Amino acid sequence: MRNAFADELTKLGNEDSRVVMLSGDIGNRLFDKFKDKHPSRFFNCGVAEANMMGVAAGMAMNGLRPVAYTITPFVTTRCLEQIRTDVCYHEAPVTIVAVGAGLAYSGLGPTHHACEDISFLRSIPNMVVICPGDAFEVRGALRAAMQQDRPVYIRMGKKGEPVVHKGPIADFKIGKAITIEEGSDVCLLSTGNMLPEVIEAAHKLKEKGISAEVVSFHTVKPLDEDKLKQAFSRFKLVATIEEHSLIGGFGAAVSEWLVDSETQHKKFLRFGTPDAFFKKSGEQEYAREVLGLTGHQIADKIIHALS
Amino acid sequence: MNVAVRSPAAKPDAAALKAQAAKLRGKIIEMSHKAQAAHLASSLSCADAMTAAYWHVLNIDPKNPTDPLRDRFILSKGHAAAALFATLAMKGYFPIEELDTYCQDGGRLAEHPPANLLPGVEAATGSLGHGLPLGCGMALAGRIKGENYRVFALLSDGENNEGSVWEAAMFAAAQKLENVCVVVDYNKWQATARSNETLMLAPLRDKWAAFGWDAHEIDGHDVSALAEAMQNIPNGSGKPVALIAHTVKGKGVSFMEDDNNWHYRAPTAEEVVKSFKELGLS
Repeated sequence: MRNAFADELTKLGNEDSRVVMLSGDIGNRLFDKFKDKHPSRFFNCGVAEANMMGVAAGMAMNGLRPVAYTITPFVTTRCLEQIRTDVCYHEAPVTIVAVGAGLAYSGLGPTHHACEDISFLRSIPNMVVICPGDAFEVRGALRAAMQQDRPVYIRMGKKGEPVVHKGPIADFKIGKAITIEEGSDVCLLSTGNMLPEVIEAAHKLKEKGISAEVVSFHTVKPLDEDKLKQAFSRFKLVATIEEHSLIGGFGAAVSEWLVDSETQHKKFLRFGTPDAFFKKSGEQEYAREVLGLTGHQIADKIIHALS
Repeated sequence: MNVAVRSPAAKPDAAALKAQAAKLRGKIIEMSHKAQAAHLASSLSCADAMTAAYWHVLNIDPKNPTDPLRDRFILSKGHAAAALFATLAMKGYFPIEELDTYCQDGGRLAEHPPANLLPGVEAATGSLGHGLPLGCGMALAGRIKGENYRVFALLSDGENNEGSVWEAAMFAAAQKLENVCVVVDYNKWQATARSNETLMLAPLRDKWAAFGWDAHEIDGHDVSALAEAMQNIPNGSGKPVALIAHTVKGKGVSFMEDDNNWHYRAPTAEEVVKSFKELGLS
């Protein structure tokens, strides 16, 4: 996936003079073509990820389209506050690209594992979270991210993963899942680098006479709600598969959607702050009133649900 | 290269700048009293640097706050928001009456500068250690696009505790960002203790110099000296410039000066009257 990323980035750099590459002192030789063509738009920011993310935000706030890249935990957890405050609060169009998501760098130990990043990043307002399933989806995701006027997180595997798609994806759209194989009994929703494993699972199910649909759910935020509606209405069983903690990941996102969905029989109500920054000043009681979190508002909603 | 039009390097009008700084302090004190908001002393200590920047140095047009060629000023010590809001209102970015909404329900003037909400605010700050990395990105964006604007970041001394400040300091030096200027409001206090007793900053000028900056110590209450130093960016050294501005927390009001209780205290009506007398405003 990372070679596809570097190659597509070079193409995008040729097409758009706003594209700037920031690396946290990794990718030795990976970006040589980009550096050769655009030496003034490549920055090795060193082993200083907090600064790298702030620099990327400052660039994006001033008309550029920076890509900030390093190993997953260091481009996410290490600089989470910079992602939240500098990038997302400012709605700065920074594309954050992580390499080695999930257990892709299993051998390097837990310092390099990344099974919490979807959870962290999808909870931040304004952030888009994309987990491409193969190298062609990486290319599509990067190209689509560059056309966004907002922050995007792209969570890649490493290199050498099996390629699932037969060629470039002409209509890759953020927030629109891709059906890889059609089926009728069970729907397997895969996100990220688990896609080849899920396809294998579908083939094994077929041997047992079970028809499985396989969907590459490359965008975790925003979710493809149409696809979810179809899945939960058409199939006897829907499963989510990801290389990420069940807490806060793709499966959790779908669970949340199920609870909130108008198409589902509602047994639960949820209360909380919305996916937005509360920008204005005000005391706690004022904020609660605006967000529908005062005692009387909560009571009203419960009464309404019971009626 | 899109060259920003700068006002000629006129000699600062010391008396006018001093009078302006007093007016700014008065407005900050009024705001703190009305809202009963904290961080008054921090706002007073940087009032002279704000005055130098906005009334003599910055190439800005309040009527065109997003002019691509404008100089950027980042109040990295976001808790001094009152100083920034008062400055921006006095410069005409928004009506002066809006200062009455400082910290009021539904207003745009929260206790820290907001993102994408108030004209003239270049960056949302409040979490310390963010302003300089953002400023470096802004400076590089200018370099890449061929726009030679300058970037100023005002940091508190406590903020120099943050590792991200020093990451950015090394980065700016490596990138030779000579259009970047840091002003450290070195008032020797942070929120709860003396700064040098919290994390040893001294010798602060030497630290910035050692990180590759053209670093100078300066009297942070000499508005003219600040104006001259900041006006002279880039200064020919080929390096980013750090001005270690020695200041007094609560400067301008005798009973607030160097008394760290005023980091969180807000003045009473009587104290406002007393302050105004000392500032020559009444």
